[in-house]
Amino acid sequence: MTAYLPIPPAVAATRSYWATVWYQLLRDPMALSITFILLLIVSAAVFAPWLAPADPYKASMLNRLLPIGSEGHLLGTDELGRDMLSRLMYGGRISLLMGVIPVLAAFIIGTATGLLAGYVGGKLNMAIMRVLDVFYAFPSVLLAVAISGALGPGMSNSLIALSLIFIPQVVRVAESVTTQVRKLDYIEAARMSGAGAFSIIRVHVLSNVLGPVFVYTTGLLSVSMILASGLSFLGLGVKPPEPEWGLMLNTLRSAIYINPWLAALPGVLIFITSIAFNLLADSVRTAMDIRR
Amino acid sequence: MFIYILKRVLYAIPIALSVTVVSFMLVYLAPGDPLNAIAPADAPADVIASLKSAYGLDRPVPVQYGMWLLRAVQGDLGTSIASGRSVTGEVMSAVSNTLMLAGFAAFAGVLAGCVLGALAGYHRDSWIDRLATALSVIGVSIPHYWLGLVLTIIFSIWLGWFPAMGAGPGGSGEWLWDIEHLKYLVLPTLTLSVIPMGIITRTVRALVADMLEQEFVVALRARGLSGRAVFRHIAKNTAPTVLAVAGLQVGYLMGGSILVETVFAWPGTGFLLNTAIFQRDMPLLQGTILVLCMFFVVLNLIVDIVQPLIDPRMGRN
Repeated sequence: MTAYLPIPPAVAATRSYWATVWYQLLRDPMALSITFILLLIVSAAVFAPWLAPADPYKASMLNRLLPIGSEGHLLGTDELGRDMLSRLMYGGRISLLMGVIPVLAAFIIGTATGLLAGYVGGKLNMAIMRVLDVFYAFPSVLLAVAISGALGPGMSNSLIALSLIFIPQVVRVAESVTTQVRKLDYIEAARMSGAGAFSIIRVHVLSNVLGPVFVYTTGLLSVSMILASGLSFLGLGVKPPEPEWGLMLNTLRSAIYINPWLAALPGVLIFITSIAFNLLADSVRTAMDIRR
Repeated sequence: MFIYILKRVLYAIPIALSVTVVSFMLVYLAPGDPLNAIAPADAPADVIASLKSAYGLDRPVPVQYGMWLLRAVQGDLGTSIASGRSVTGEVMSAVSNTLMLAGFAAFAGVLAGCVLGALAGYHRDSWIDRLATALSVIGVSIPHYWLGLVLTIIFSIWLGWFPAMGAGPGGSGEWLWDIEHLKYLVLPTLTLSVIPMGIITRTVRALVADMLEQEFVVALRARGLSGRAVFRHIAKNTAPTVLAVAGLQVGYLMGGSILVETVFAWPGTGFLLNTAIFQRDMPLLQGTILVLCMFFVVLNLIVDIVQPLIDPRMGRN
């Protein structure tokens, strides 16, 4: 019978790097509970058309600023009498998208540019990196406000503005890793054995760059959420009557004297989402730090 | 040391120039003709033409930039389209209000961050460490415009301790250093200070914890140096990094204050940018961005220069 003992844990050591990271994250109670909360928020937003108790655009002059816990309106109503719970659920769709898209754009464009600059090196690297230095001469929030202000209010303009402030940061990370890796012997060996630049980048460089860039961009998610909603709060992002957390916070501002907690409600969601993204980024960073 | 400073200053010049280029180009990011803000859509052609030459818009872009830069260097940022007043005057008073707010917030945030971070670093895994870590995560994750709203609800609506809006009693524009005026500064400062507090706490905690494990610190302790003397060594070693991070934070607060200023109706650059953006007042937008960013460039320069002064190792190479 002893011959059928389970295979010793030596197998665990042969797991690939990403599988190990995944395994670590699955064992991290913090990461799991945060993922659960995020999933809750995301699915409330995604399934809003089926889950929301009311039409988020339907105003009612008789039911303005009902307090939290009112009958028929679980989270009260806003300054135009629209159901808060429904608006918060629908608002999650726009707010989450506006927070995630710039980071995704920066991840793709930034990594590609950083790889190019780092791998080609020389004058091209100098040119790209010096141009990007200009972005560092601006405080990032100010730059986002300036760009989306100059472009004019609107959702796509604020997405462009946010992507523009994140891209240089991602390029810096990708470029520095690529430059380090490029000089290593095994890349040289690959080149000597006839591998093309594209396949060297794809097979050898990318796998080194993705890790640090991934950690960095997950850290950007929280900033992006806060800034995207912040731009809408300033009136630069989404336009009324669209439900969006930052914009709702702005339009409900005058209600803080009548129904303070109702007015603060959209901000609670921005806060929860942003803190969840931040803690998740921390967990990912810890889980990915097991390489050595 | 002199050569180091010279190098830093020379390096800052192209950066400063590029800032002027970007500030100037903001007008061309805007959709449509810059004239749209001034002239009605159905203005006759000769009126448009004369307006164009009056604003210099009929010349090539590089020439326009050169003229604009030349005037800006002399302190003339043009005329605000919205108010008809000189942009320089409007920007200067707003920037001083913003800098005051950002300065106070950075000071409060850095101080709190240093204390919290040092305590956390010294007592790893204790309750104070957990508290500091939680506070720093909250500090960097909280939407500060929302925090401003919550603080207003608590401290001005419920408790009535501090005013909710403005920068002086009766909406007066003149700032005075008395208790009445300082009360207006409390909530915006507190709101804005959570960001540097979070970041500095995190930085200092990591630095101190790392430092305590360094061999030289262990050796100092083994030699019987008092806790205070060891702390002095640790403080000296962490100061340069903290200074660099703090300097960067003051700069970011100059931008970040826009949102907080909107919440508290603080008469700073946030208010000005709002006007500039929504009234399509491009000279005002250019001027505000330019002045704020110049302060940021100079601030970075100062940090670069001060750093080797407190950390001699950096000046040597």
